[in-house]
Amino acid sequence: MSMEKFTVLRAVAAPLLLPNVDTDRIIRIERCAGVPRERQGEYMLEAMRFHADRSENADCIFNKAGYREAKILLAGENFGCGSSRENAVWALAGWGLRCVIAPSFGDIFFGNCFQNGLLPIRLPLATVERLAAAAGANAHSAVLEVDLERQQITTAAGEHIAFEVEPLRRRMLLEGQDEIGITLQREADIAAFQARDRLARPWIYDDAGVA
Amino acid sequence: MASPANSGRIAGKTLFDRLWEQHVVAELGAGISLLHVDRHIVIDLHSPEFRLLRERGLRVRNPEMTFCVADHVVSSAPGRTGGNAQWSETHLRDLREGSRAFGIRLFDVNHRNQGIAHVVGPELGITQPGMLLLVGDSHTSTHGGLGALAFGIGASEGVHVLATQTIVQRRSKRMRISFEGERRPGVDAKDLILYAIGKLGTAAGTGHAVEFAGSAIRSLDVEQRLTLCNLSIEMGAKFGMIAPDDKVAAYLHGRPHAPQEAHWDAAVRYWGTLRTDDDALFEREECIDVRDIGPQVTWGTSPQDVIAVDGLIPDPEQAGDGERRRAMRAALDYMGLAAGKPIAGTPVDWVFIGSCTNSRISDLRAAAAVIRGRKVAPGVRAWVVPGSQAVRREAEGEGLDRLFRDAGFEWREPGCSMCVGANGEMVGPGERCVSTSNRNFVGRQGPGARTHLASPAMAAAAAIAGVITDVRRQGRS
Repeated sequence: MSMEKFTVLRAVAAPLLLPNVDTDRIIRIERCAGVPRERQGEYMLEAMRFHADRSENADCIFNKAGYREAKILLAGENFGCGSSRENAVWALAGWGLRCVIAPSFGDIFFGNCFQNGLLPIRLPLATVERLAAAAGANAHSAVLEVDLERQQITTAAGEHIAFEVEPLRRRMLLEGQDEIGITLQREADIAAFQARDRLARPWIYDDAGVA
Repeated sequence: MASPANSGRIAGKTLFDRLWEQHVVAELGAGISLLHVDRHIVIDLHSPEFRLLRERGLRVRNPEMTFCVADHVVSSAPGRTGGNAQWSETHLRDLREGSRAFGIRLFDVNHRNQGIAHVVGPELGITQPGMLLLVGDSHTSTHGGLGALAFGIGASEGVHVLATQTIVQRRSKRMRISFEGERRPGVDAKDLILYAIGKLGTAAGTGHAVEFAGSAIRSLDVEQRLTLCNLSIEMGAKFGMIAPDDKVAAYLHGRPHAPQEAHWDAAVRYWGTLRTDDDALFEREECIDVRDIGPQVTWGTSPQDVIAVDGLIPDPEQAGDGERRRAMRAALDYMGLAAGKPIAGTPVDWVFIGSCTNSRISDLRAAAAVIRGRKVAPGVRAWVVPGSQAVRREAEGEGLDRLFRDAGFEWREPGCSMCVGANGEMVGPGERCVSTSNRNFVGRQGPGARTHLASPAMAAAAAIAGVITDVRRQGRS
């Protein structure tokens, strides 16, 4: 659960502007269930990166020279929709990504990213398309600098693009903080809530049902 | 009720506002709250969370509010004793160990209460109106059909819930979808929600909590409401909900984990307060005329790729923007379908009746009503996987198992099975399956598998005809 800090990232961005890339597609269920977490990066977007005989698909951006080292993904609308599997984040991070920039994200995926030090950034579709066009031209123009402290992206051409991250989640990433550790310090609040709620809704606390 | 004297005051509350506010343990700033979790169901796929908890020296804060269920990795083969995938036993072992170490109730493989978490929760009365209920599965939105605040969480959040009985969440925007009018024959809740997803899009509810309302929703039975809310996540909304009414109270009364008699009246009174005020405001409102809706079937690789069964497969060249055109072409290519052709008449290899969407007793009855006396078409493999042991017992008590078997269906053991293949049960590459499940994503039912989502009646009709067919032409309405 310990998290790597995220401060400034300077890396190649790989463009993949397909809409509605679901988490089933990011990592298949049998990889979630049957492959150790540390190795799930090998199976990221498996059907896209590999042919049925496991040979590499040369047309896939992740297999092209210069983009194999990408740490940033420029994605399409509704990226990470569907299943709640956190394995999708583990697979992306395991492959080497630390930041995903998209016009919109699946809600559960978006939350899961922050738990693992993967920064999801929402930008307007036109902006993502512009970044993707530059990134797709060559791996040199694909380099972006993502500065979380200043909430600013700087392109290879020197353009600055502002982005926003919720303050609480931003601090978690910057300091590598862990949500459980923070909440455990609120034990008194939790106990007080339950004591109060027990009077209002006793049946919630008094489930005598058979096992 | 808002009176004119109130007109200068702030707008009333929505059902979602009430559910949210009642669970706030602490405000963390910028719209983020720490919420109390009333019930947490740990499914087999999430069993590694117990190890993570132990590695950190933490305990389960409220084991009495937690349940463990074996559903995803278990085999559905008749006579099964465990899983059938190579990873099944690891997950089942970890689930049993976690349950034992922390004193959590477990519905193990052949326990009388075993089944899919989203079937078992409501049918045992574990799920109740007003509860905040979490499962590490996106279809947890199902439980909103009873008026619960229920959503799917990831693994890290799962450990957080085990350790603290709370969850950190940003408050969603509010959205209401009203379904008005009377359903046409052959149309059920699955058709209503698939139609809505097709109309509004797979991301329409992203960032929103969706309340389903209107005369067509009030007329739905409780199990149909669960089906409807189950698919909320397929329009991007991790919360879907329906205000609880007398039908919900009648459904829950006497169930093993429902409020006991001493608390019953107070609980029902409280449930009656869980509603949206007439003057409440939503960030987004949509209204759907149910009279427009016929039986639905998906043609592509997203639940939004859906048409009426008597419709034509859409043509990507007619689509507005280039990105959508490319996505549609890729979907048709994957599905092996030609634009402009009728979807009806497409030959099928598989029919799967099951999943947390459509595996309850009313679903099996609807499928059985289509079959009577007829046989599964040659070359089609048709499975019925009941959602729980209780559903299985009830169906067998009614003779539905014999009816399905006599028609050539396989009658199997409860679990998630071929909806997602986490137990290794998959549709083969290039094979076509009409499925009552919830996702037609690329590879969802197996690498290269082609999924068409439909209602239980439509799935049964396809099994008999051997092709995608309009259930209304099968002599039943």
